[in-house]
Formats: sequence, structure tokens, C-alpha cells
Amino acid sequence: MTTEAPTLRRTPLYERHVALGAKIVPFAGYEMPIQYEGIVAEHRAVRGRAGLFDLSHMGEFFFTGGGARAAVDRLVSSDVAGLASGQARYGLLCNERGTIVDDVIVYRTGEAEYMMVVNAANIAKDRAHVLRHLADEVTFGDRSTGTALVAIQGPRAAAILETTTKDAVGSLPSFGVTGARVAGVQATVARTGYTGEDGFEVFVANADADRVWEALLAAGRDAGIMPIGLGARDTLRLEARFSLYGNEIDETTDPIEAGLGWTCKLDKEFVGRDQIDAKKAQGPRRKIAGLVVDGGVARHGHEVTSAGEVVGRVTSGTYGPTVEKNIALAYVPTALSKVGTALAVRIRGRDVPATVVKTPFFRRPE
Amino acid sequence: MSTVPDDLRYSKEHEWVRADGDVATIGITHFAQEQLGDVVFVELPEKGSTVRQFSSLGVVESVKAASDIYAPLSGEVIERNVKVIEKPELVNTEPYGNGWMIKVRLADKGELNQLLSPSDYRSHIGETAGAGGD
Repeated sequence: MTTEAPTLRRTPLYERHVALGAKIVPFAGYEMPIQYEGIVAEHRAVRGRAGLFDLSHMGEFFFTGGGARAAVDRLVSSDVAGLASGQARYGLLCNERGTIVDDVIVYRTGEAEYMMVVNAANIAKDRAHVLRHLADEVTFGDRSTGTALVAIQGPRAAAILETTTKDAVGSLPSFGVTGARVAGVQATVARTGYTGEDGFEVFVANADADRVWEALLAAGRDAGIMPIGLGARDTLRLEARFSLYGNEIDETTDPIEAGLGWTCKLDKEFVGRDQIDAKKAQGPRRKIAGLVVDGGVARHGHEVTSAGEVVGRVTSGTYGPTVEKNIALAYVPTALSKVGTALAVRIRGRDVPATVVKTPFFRRPE
Repeated sequence: MSTVPDDLRYSKEHEWVRADGDVATIGITHFAQEQLGDVVFVELPEKGSTVRQFSSLGVVESVKAASDIYAPLSGEVIERNVKVIEKPELVNTEPYGNGWMIKVRLADKGELNQLLSPSDYRSHIGETAGAGGD
């Protein structure tokens, strides 16, 4: 039997990545850059200077109309009804079993307009989920394929972005969102990201992506900006202990065990609320723990052991270029999730010592 | 630096061998380290252990993934490079120098004939003959 490989899509910036010498890999149905210069160099550029990301594969859903606020609030675990215009918040889409359909950021971009950014691999699934639970008096639009997303992250991101716009993006608070003209094109600019650094996400129409990408790369040249691939995006988010859908969270995990109870506003109505409330009352049987591994690199799927017995599984693991340690996240029994607990990760048949540590592994200096 | 030095022999799995009498120094090639990306961990056999030609001798881990290192020759490990264990990035920066992995006392010098010449290795990795440097 042969199976035909599905056709991969390209973002509007694909040719730029090729010209910059990127290694291209299939990811979530797209041909995406995994690295340009190298993962460690790119990671350090974002922590120390600035990095530019093409995240055009991500999905953008729009909710408009008088019922938009109530509709989004019922879909998302966090307090999105409490968002003022120009504010954004992280939250979860959950199903009726109280497990996680996706993690999203909701941006209130207008009086009666909300944008929800979803993971690329989940666009079709999320759309079906949203439509199944959509109330009246709201217009839903999936503009994922027509919308490009360029993120600029790092301590010099604000200064670089400001040279490409007359709008006051530098005074946006964290998780603020505003309309702005960037490099002469209309954009939605948000002070959000997935790196643990200060930074911005710039949403534009596909046709304008090139101009914004080129302008930011040129504006950041003297400040040492680098294009950043998915490889460093993963090491950056893991050091900052951000969950990755498909690794830490999926439809077999609930927000409490995933350490995302803080995103659930349990005194409001949302899909999955009752089940999550019950799970919280029971207390989770397992929890995500942060591990530092001494003598090997833990990877997704490796077993976690305690006194030779398998007790859990690694969800993500890598070498953290800033913390300069082998770090991992893993589901372990709650009793073994306390900071300081000695565990091991089974790497190539050998139990390599690992210690439960406080997360995030990296926190940006104030 | 040449990416395929002329004084070495090579395996198809991208290890290099510098033979000196009955002792061979073993490492991974410039091409291999480039494919791996940033090397962050190296696991090598203990001194005194034996390795067999074309079977796994250890592991290099990059940020991205783990890859086996195969022994290009059989023999007893007489030294392992402690520096590369402490500073794995030497595999990237000096693959043919301080990034070497182990030294082996050869069990059978005839095995050297089963390795690739520099020009054969160049065609193996799709590099045109004589194209050194990078």
C-alpha cells in the first residue's frame, strides 16, 4: 500500500526563508523553517538581542457582533469577558469531558470584535469545535489562510519595531493589542509571544507579509536581529515553561494536571467547566513537573522512573541554551512532583538522574 | 579548513579515522556535525572496552536529536576524549581536531580497506572532488 503525502502549504514568506538559507521541514501541513544559522545561535539572539519569526501557519478566528463577547467567553476557560478593548488573554478551549482541545490567545480588537489565535495543527478541529458551541448573534470567520503573522521577540524588539511605525507601539502594555501601520501597511500589533521575552506579534494580510518581514529585518540589522526557526522557538518556549499542544496538552490531559488551572475561571460558565471543577476538587493524580537531567538529553516520549519503576513520561525535553542544562517537562504522580524530588529519565535503556526543579527554567530579568 | 581532509579515511556513516601504526583516532566528519547542528551531549565507551566495526560505539546529541556513532574499526578503546564530553561543541567547531571521540588499538588493520578514501567520501556526500574549504 502506498499513501500519498499530503500537499504541503507555504506561507507568503517561504521564498525569504529559502533565500536566507533556512532548513525547511514539514510542520502542521506547512513547509516551515526549522533553523537558519543554528538553534543555539538563534536562541541566544532572542534572549540577548532580537529575533524575527514567521508564524503565518498559525490560525486566526474572528468573532464579531453583539453576541461575540458572550460567545467567546463560553468557549474559552479564562476571563475573556473581562477584557477591555485593546487587551488580550491566554486561555484554553476545552471539550465537555474537561480536557484540552487547544490553547489560544484571545485579543479584543474592537468593541464587538475578538480575534482568537489557535495552533496551526488544530485549525480544522478548532473550527468544528467552535461552530458546534457557537451561540446566536455572532458572526464567525476563519481567516487563517489569508492572515500572515510575523513575531519580533527579544529585549531589542520594541526599539526595532518602533523605527518601522509612527504609532505608539512601544507604550503597549504586555498583552495589549492595537491597530497600527507597520512598514506602511495596516497591521494588528500585540505585545504577546511564546519565548519568555518582551516582544510583539504583527498580524497582516498575506500580501503585506513580505514588506513587514523585510522592514523589520533591515531595521534590526544593527541591533543584531536574526531570523528564528521553529527549532529555537521550541527551546525558547520550553525554558519559559510554555505548554506545547501535542506535547504537554491534548485531549487526554486536563488543565489541572497540566498546571494550567490558573487559566480556568471556574466561577463562570464555559465548555468543560464542571468536569474541570470536579478534577480540581479531587486533586490531580499526576502533574507536570520540570526536570533537570544530569547526563543525557531527555526527549518527548522517554519514560520517567523512580527507584527503577516507570512512573511517568517526558512530554518535552531539550538542552536549554540559556540555562545551560538539559531540561524537560514530564507527567509524574503528584506525590513525586515536589521540587527537589530525585527521579530518573530512561534514556537508551539507562536511568539517567533527574531532579524536579522550580519552573519556569528561565525567567527574564526584570 | 577542508571539509574532507586528505589524510583521513571515512565511513559511510560519516565517521573519520586517523590511523597511526596500530592506533586509530576516531571522530565524526564536518558533514555529520553540520547535519546534526549544535552538539550538546556526547556519550562514549569506557577506556578498556572494545568496539566492533560498523556497530554503535556511542551517541551524539544535538539540540534537535540523538544520533548513533558507529565504530569505523574494531579494537580496544585506549583513550576517550574527556574534553569533548565536557565541551560537546568541540564536535561542531573542531570536528577533525579537539572534537575527536576515541582512540582505538586496532584488532585488524585489514578493516581499514573497507573504509572510504577522501575522494570516495566526497562523492558519498555529494561534494565535487577537490572542493575543500568552507
